[in-house]
Amino acid sequence: MKVNSVLNKTASSLGKYGVYLFLILFTLMCLLPFLYVISYSLTPYADYLKNPTALIPKNITFQAYKDIFKYDLLYSGYKNTIFITVIGTALNIFLLLVSAYPLSKKDLKGRNIILAMVLFTMLFSGGMIPRYYLVRNLHLIDTRWALILPTAISAYNLILMKNFVSAIPDSLEESAMIDGANEIIILFKIITPLCLPAIASFTIMCAVAHWNNFFDAIIFTTKRSVWPLMLVLREIVSEGGAGAAADFASASNDVVTQSFTLQMAMIIASILPIVCIYPFMQKYFVTGLTIGGVKE
Amino acid sequence: MVAYLKQKKYLYIMLIPCVVYFITFHYVPMYGVLMAFKDFNFSKGILGSEWVGLDNFKYMFGLDEFYNVFKNSITLSLLRLLLGFPMPIVLALMLNEVRCRRFKRTVQTIMYLPHFISWIVIGGIITNFLSPTWGVVNGVLEKLGMEPVFFMAGTKYFRPIVVITSIWKDAGWGTILYLAAITSISPDLYEAAMLDGAGRWKQMLHVTLPSIVPTIVTLFILRTGTIMNNGFEQILVLQNSQNLAVSEVFETYTYRVGILGGRYSFATTVGLFTSVIGMIMIVITNQISKRCGERGLW
Repeated sequence: MKVNSVLNKTASSLGKYGVYLFLILFTLMCLLPFLYVISYSLTPYADYLKNPTALIPKNITFQAYKDIFKYDLLYSGYKNTIFITVIGTALNIFLLLVSAYPLSKKDLKGRNIILAMVLFTMLFSGGMIPRYYLVRNLHLIDTRWALILPTAISAYNLILMKNFVSAIPDSLEESAMIDGANEIIILFKIITPLCLPAIASFTIMCAVAHWNNFFDAIIFTTKRSVWPLMLVLREIVSEGGAGAAADFASASNDVVTQSFTLQMAMIIASILPIVCIYPFMQKYFVTGLTIGGVKE
Repeated sequence: MVAYLKQKKYLYIMLIPCVVYFITFHYVPMYGVLMAFKDFNFSKGILGSEWVGLDNFKYMFGLDEFYNVFKNSITLSLLRLLLGFPMPIVLALMLNEVRCRRFKRTVQTIMYLPHFISWIVIGGIITNFLSPTWGVVNGVLEKLGMEPVFFMAGTKYFRPIVVITSIWKDAGWGTILYLAAITSISPDLYEAAMLDGAGRWKQMLHVTLPSIVPTIVTLFILRTGTIMNNGFEQILVLQNSQNLAVSEVFETYTYRVGILGGRYSFATTVGLFTSVIGMIMIVITNQISKRCGERGLW
């Protein structure tokens, strides 16, 4: 009996340390690559080659950052991505509110048909080619709208938002109704303020998705002038950067930094906005994913 | 009826963009699926193109490369399901055992981060870090006295890299729903378990785990619907001409033959095939989960 309890104790404390150790290792694995990228982007290439495992650079140079900003595509990439992120997210949130509110009315005739229509799109889709053909027919190819309109409403988010709005007590609306307010006023004056936590988390999710998306950009854009930042980055980092290095060199004659260091600097430049707002996004993660449950 | 519409007119007006959006961007492409049964020609449009019945499907099922793509897609997503799906559950259970709140918060903050980084960035990091000539991983191997490994060239390491990077990117993020489910467990259950003499391990096994089973089931059903998908973005950034034999999956294949190759009818056929299988899978898993007494998605 005694031996047993001692064994149990050792096992449980081993388990405890095991848990901490595992979590620390996993966390380190998530963080280290980014720390290395920052470090490499600031290290002179010769130093890097001597000791690639050094996390803290001996000499620091900002040359790579100066060089990437000589690349014209970087500016248009930023401009396009910011446009898509701002307009796209604003549209996402507006449509989400405007659609979720009427759909939250259980007695609204036709509501179930529309809900079924929305839900079915989560099960079945026409696929890449018919989608491409549609965007082409709408003459959206090579426009920034091709990266905004096709993803204007997410069925999944809509269902979550609808559930969130449904949970708001009707009594709040009824008193406004008696005061003669119509549904549009109620939506923006009463419902929207109550939805702010949900709106905040959807805003974050949509903005990040727009910022990072390149699937649509690859399919719907061919002109470099409409490329979002991620496609510009792809050009620079793809296939080991060999092609892009040459491209780079021709874009700016006085680039002195090695392609590797440029890539690292470019990576940092493209994730910086996300990393900067990341600490402020945290508290909205959980609301975002658990609004109205996973289920319909 | 008219009076009803008039009374609710604002609600219906609000629904217009939603209906227009779903019809335009989801149902019109579904109609575009007709391309799979036609010999699609741009100048003639979908309706004007000639019907070919199931010819595209016959062609597809007769194609060796189709089976290879099929095999690659399924292998990758099964590997991911097998190794990747349990990971967030394990991490969530572990986090739940952590008593120090600051430690827990720090771990959470850091492990959610990769989820917010684009695959392009991750692809750029991986190809550089694994490079045989200048990559840090091979630098370490060299220091250990080993030969440099050509990770990205050839077919050998592609699957492990895909599975590991997808776990690395999303396992941390995946814990959120489980952690939320864990917080809603009634403390009474733990007290009762403690009175019965259950240690932390037993509590986890008999209280925490059973309480998150509904969440696990829901996420599993959703996951099975994507059995044919591997995520275009990740595969595309890790794909290169040397690993094509194992890296070509449905999404990249459809892109290559359809968008790049201009064979719209055939690419639509492949896309339709994957959509239908995905839908069947999700319906079957949902039924099974209901039979087993769990709540399904619908």
